[in-house]
Amino acid sequence: MGVTAIGASVKRTEDIRFITGKGHYVDDVNRPGQAYAYFVRSPHAHATIDRIDTSAALKSPGVVAVLTGVDAVADKIGVHIPAWTVTSKDGSPMKVGAFPTLAHGKALYVGDPVAVVIADSYAEAKDGAEKVVIDYGVLKPVVDPASAAKAGQPQIHEFAPSNTVYNWHLGDKASTDAAFAKAAHVTKIDLVNNRTIPNALEPRSAIGEYDSGTDTTTLYSTSQNPHVARLIMSAFQGVAPENKLRVIAPDVGGGFGSKIFIYNEETVCAWASKRVDRPVRWTAERTESFLTDKHGRDHVTHAELALDASGKMLGLRVRTIANLGAYPSLFWSCVPTYLYGTLLSGQYDIPAIYVEVDGVYTTTVSVDAVRGAGRPEATFVIERIVEKAARETGADLAEFRRRNFVTKFPHQTPVIMCYDAGDYGAALDRALELADYKGLGARKAASAAKGKLRGIGFSAYIEACGLAPSAAVGSLGLGGAQWESAEVRVNPTGSVEILTGSHSHGQGHETTFAQLVSSRLGIPMENVTVVHGDTDKVQFGWGTYGSRSGAVGMSALSKALDKIEAKAKKVAGHVLEAAEGDLEFKEGKFTVKGTDKSIDFGSVALHAHLGHKFNTQELEPGLKEGAFWDPTNFTFPAGVHICELEIDPDTGVTTIERWTAVDDFGKLINPMIVEGQIHGGLAHGIGQALMEAAHYNSDGQLLTASYMDYCMPRADDLPSFKVDTVETPCPSNPLGIKGCGEAGAIASPAAVINAITDALGHEDVTMPATSQVVWRAARKTMTKRAAE
Amino acid sequence: MVHVSMAVNGRPASGDVDPRTLLVQFLRENLRLTGTHVGCDTSQCGACVVHLDGRAIKSCTVLAASCEGAQVTTIEGLAANGKLHPMQQAFQDNHGLQCGFCTPGMIMASIDLVNREGQNLDEAAIRHGLEGNICRCTGYHNIVKAIAQGAREMAAAATPRAAE
Repeated sequence: MGVTAIGASVKRTEDIRFITGKGHYVDDVNRPGQAYAYFVRSPHAHATIDRIDTSAALKSPGVVAVLTGVDAVADKIGVHIPAWTVTSKDGSPMKVGAFPTLAHGKALYVGDPVAVVIADSYAEAKDGAEKVVIDYGVLKPVVDPASAAKAGQPQIHEFAPSNTVYNWHLGDKASTDAAFAKAAHVTKIDLVNNRTIPNALEPRSAIGEYDSGTDTTTLYSTSQNPHVARLIMSAFQGVAPENKLRVIAPDVGGGFGSKIFIYNEETVCAWASKRVDRPVRWTAERTESFLTDKHGRDHVTHAELALDASGKMLGLRVRTIANLGAYPSLFWSCVPTYLYGTLLSGQYDIPAIYVEVDGVYTTTVSVDAVRGAGRPEATFVIERIVEKAARETGADLAEFRRRNFVTKFPHQTPVIMCYDAGDYGAALDRALELADYKGLGARKAASAAKGKLRGIGFSAYIEACGLAPSAAVGSLGLGGAQWESAEVRVNPTGSVEILTGSHSHGQGHETTFAQLVSSRLGIPMENVTVVHGDTDKVQFGWGTYGSRSGAVGMSALSKALDKIEAKAKKVAGHVLEAAEGDLEFKEGKFTVKGTDKSIDFGSVALHAHLGHKFNTQELEPGLKEGAFWDPTNFTFPAGVHICELEIDPDTGVTTIERWTAVDDFGKLINPMIVEGQIHGGLAHGIGQALMEAAHYNSDGQLLTASYMDYCMPRADDLPSFKVDTVETPCPSNPLGIKGCGEAGAIASPAAVINAITDALGHEDVTMPATSQVVWRAARKTMTKRAAE
Repeated sequence: MVHVSMAVNGRPASGDVDPRTLLVQFLRENLRLTGTHVGCDTSQCGACVVHLDGRAIKSCTVLAASCEGAQVTTIEGLAANGKLHPMQQAFQDNHGLQCGFCTPGMIMASIDLVNREGQNLDEAAIRHGLEGNICRCTGYHNIVKAIAQGAREMAAAATPRAAE
């Protein structure tokens, strides 16, 4: 069997178990003596919890225990902590408090877990939950983010006047104001970035198992970052000391950010298993996922762009209200600040930028990272306003962008980020060619001839991946780090195990990480096993999100492989009786330069373990190395997406006719997997643009809490996509990787809405642009055209 | 408790179950056939699709007790003699899966689609035929390609009703 190169579209190793039904997800795990948890949730968005009577539930058949916030407080279990401290512009820290793992005193959103019933079967737990009596004192909810901080709204938390988490800003206000003062043209836009629900297809699930013999707790959890879960449950939530808690995240059925966070239900399973001395399991029903998985986006924004007479950008001013929901959450504070404001320069050379973000509490579930996390919101602002500015000034959409592109690297933006490499013009050229931009006029005419409206929309996005240089993010408020770890264990027979702190929940790490090992050590991929997702096996790692597994996780692996090669070379030198300097390592063999004396990697592995051919007091036996890699910069994937669509003005039905994506992800490990990531991201972003919305009514009830009400993109809502790449290697990591997981979701909403507004000839369209929204907007277009 | 007995993947399977037990619970909890997944419990997402007497059904909305005497095929029963079903192979060949959670239901629904609609499926027919299955990872692009290949190869293998 041969060696698999970096850049080969090799089929995925992990597929076999998934296509044969042998995947191993949390809900597939069964433990002897397990009990089942069912959560009693608040039906009110904002209410005092006046009394809980569990007596009838405790008598219900099969019920083992009923736990409430009183028990959580008594056991000191819980405490939600955001990992990132954001400071307001007046210098005051963000307003946060600590909360137990079950609501205590007050319930703050519909679905807030107030009690848990644990029983011998799931049905019995559910029956028991019907018998928990809770007296609520219903309070007025706070639902609308735009008015949450205004006078007259009920204050949700005592520690947060005006329901405000922070009033944050970034950039230089004075220079930005000066840029606007000399502008020849100012484009203004008001935007709502609609709230979405992540909807990984596997619902969250957990099994806690306490072993009184060893005083250890094992938690099986649908987590994107099991070590972070363990750290937080140990350091802050009082579940168990870190060395007495094992977190296992086996196969995980999609994350999209939603499985980064530490949720009440998982903590409760770990805690309750000790209380009842039985394994305790829970799997969310889909409506629980809608109600309690952290939501995404939810921004209200006003933006202004200043141009000079030649169409060069002079300054950008952005003011955003970000809905953060009811409770502090892990990355909740940084998503609309350091992952949003820092990307507002887009691909453009903008001399002055000033952004203000007010984060507000509402009585809705928390809003945190969802695929892209802040960067889709930033791209939506910049690419919507750039398109509008081009139209207002009569410029070509492509040429207006090109005129303002950053062309020299490194490029320091006014909002922290320093772009390290890119060629934005190359991506634009390729996208224009693939999209047949020149033929657009004829296609528009053909659509018009059949009574349809055709539009085109661009999105020249940039994002920041490969999170992140630890000291840099630490200086901005992160209370953790963002390096990654890898360990390479070579067995005596020459096969290899890789242990990585990254976690695969669809990304294909078992294939791509093995590809890197195969290409470096010259051994077949099937001799490489990738181990992840178990804190007892893998040394600490920060997990997978923000496309950090390639750029950071694989860089750690690369560094560990360097060490393996160096040690193996020493062993080979002893076996071949040659000086290390005379050896070269190629295609899995160490060869004495200029001779035919060589030894293959597998034989070196055996010799390393035997230790017969070298002095083990000078050179340790064995062949195992670990590495921690901390990035030197973020990575900056960028690209140009072009959406071309057709609207039927009679029905409002919008059909995407062509989607062209040209992305620069740096070096690709497996182009097939990269393309798959683009497709999935596009579906996510197009879903947001055309159909998905979390809708709370004025009482704070989530109206979109099932797949009947929350419109997920299905196969016939989407086209096939035309995707291509250009490549500028990333200079900030050894493999030149930038990352691709979020790009599609980041680029696409702006491209869709730009295309719709182009087709309609006006800007009066909100996301999601459902058929109803588009039909109303098209009425306006057709009325206007009839009058002309 | 009621007693149910059926044939699952060609083997007899029986058990005493709470009358409210769903087919998917019987498969997953009694038989430990955990390849069939529950994504939404309301028959919207299709992760639980299995074949019941040769037709695709959503096992999260069928009572186990109503399947007395039935022939059930799950994802675990598709591969025969160590050889993948052409549709399974097509999903791997075309990178038609990422996290794998929707995949068993997708494959079972796809085989049923080919069985019902024939092997010459164009893109529109495939996309329409997937209306009962949600995938959050792939954007469907490669699933559509996979089904087109799977349909062709099911025809070539002359096993239009394979695994039934």
